[in-house]
Amino acid sequence: MESTLDIFVKAIFTENMIFAYFLGMCSYLAVSKTVKTGVGLGLAVVFVLVVTVPMNYLLENYVLKEGALFWLNPEYGLSGSNTIDLSFLSFIMFIAVVASIVQLVEMLVEKFAPALYGALGIFLPLIAVNCSILGGALFMQDRQYSTILDATSFALGSGIGWFIAIVSLAAIREKIRYSNVPPALRGLGITFIVTGLMGMAFMSFMGVEYGKKKEGKVDTAVEGAVKTSQIINVKLEN
Amino acid sequence: MSVTEEKLKAPSEPLFSKKNKRLIIDPLSENNPITIQVLGICSALAITVQVEQAFWMSVAVIFVMIFGNLVVSLLRNLIPSRVRIIVQLVIVASLVIIVDEMLKAFVPDVSEKLSVFVGLIITNCIIMGRFEAFAMANKPFPSILDAIGNAIGYAWILLVVALVREVLGSGKIWGASIFGSNIPDENGNLSGLYELGYVNNNMMILPPMALIVVGIIIWIQRSMNKGLVEEN
Repeated sequence: MESTLDIFVKAIFTENMIFAYFLGMCSYLAVSKTVKTGVGLGLAVVFVLVVTVPMNYLLENYVLKEGALFWLNPEYGLSGSNTIDLSFLSFIMFIAVVASIVQLVEMLVEKFAPALYGALGIFLPLIAVNCSILGGALFMQDRQYSTILDATSFALGSGIGWFIAIVSLAAIREKIRYSNVPPALRGLGITFIVTGLMGMAFMSFMGVEYGKKKEGKVDTAVEGAVKTSQIINVKLEN
Repeated sequence: MSVTEEKLKAPSEPLFSKKNKRLIIDPLSENNPITIQVLGICSALAITVQVEQAFWMSVAVIFVMIFGNLVVSLLRNLIPSRVRIIVQLVIVASLVIIVDEMLKAFVPDVSEKLSVFVGLIITNCIIMGRFEAFAMANKPFPSILDAIGNAIGYAWILLVVALVREVLGSGKIWGASIFGSNIPDENGNLSGLYELGYVNNNMMILPPMALIVVGIIIWIQRSMNKGLVEEN
């Protein structure tokens, strides 16, 4: 069983939202022109993920999952005679939670933390349709985290991973302005390729093993590469 | 073309006027949702490892787009502009639930592989973008054409990327080997190109290559059409 810390580190590096799953790409590419806006959007994503994933976790485990309504009436539970399975409603429930929480957070931040609102304000409405937020909820559902703490640490990790990705891309794009990129690649094209290269760098975290004792070091780089490709093959087969 | 066919086609002429044709043709290349508008990349890249997945994903997006645009366009005068995003999200979410249940019922193994990415069609920016930019301001018929154009513009990029990645990455098209077999038979012999020492490029299967393949498509497209080149 993975520990909470493993989940956290894994979400930042190995299973980075951007480089491994391409979630939140649209705003990632659109808002990464300068580091300042990148930081703003990145923080907003961390914030909203940490709030919405635990909410959706509770919703999933106490309302939507098969037999989750046991607290209403033991008959609705898994072993009961009238088991209720509402999981087909999860998309609409999750997106409703995300959209309304974003709205709520926006109002609360505006009222109680005007400085923060100044920094995040324009990004918050964008986030309701950011794939990484809904993606966080759906991965949480898919992976069946056992406690709400695990789900929260996954959310925090994914958020931080997203933050790192957008800030580093923004920094690279600020520098790229001074380079002589082939005309047809300027703007979007080179951004895609740079993101791809960054993704390759992040792939090197793939061979990292979590929650296990080391069974003997991998001797050479070649063996390491073989091991990584094995891991990838296993993943593909699944 | 026979006379009867021409007769049948004649009354539909005004429906496919020049303006309506542009609605379909523009998004295919000059105003492509992925390479020019940079929308909908989120779910597009993750499922382009195999052509089959990309195909079903495209079908799902085309379905959701057409019906979504139609419904939003029909309701456009009834939706208060303050809550329009939530209304749009609910419409997409309901359509995506239908698609998801259908995929689960008819192609369960594909549905398994697409996992969360079917759900992520909800937040696919192309769909929300077309609702906002087109369906909220236009009549149902042009909205459907716009949806078809954009969804196909999305689908062809997806299929091209998937084709490149599957051919180079696993030497297959739609799961069928095209270069022979790279698994040794009982005598330990490989067949086809693999016998000559050809090796699949495992790199193509990994996520970063999807981005680079799209980057190259953008490169080719913009070199051919100088009008699209950006200013940095």
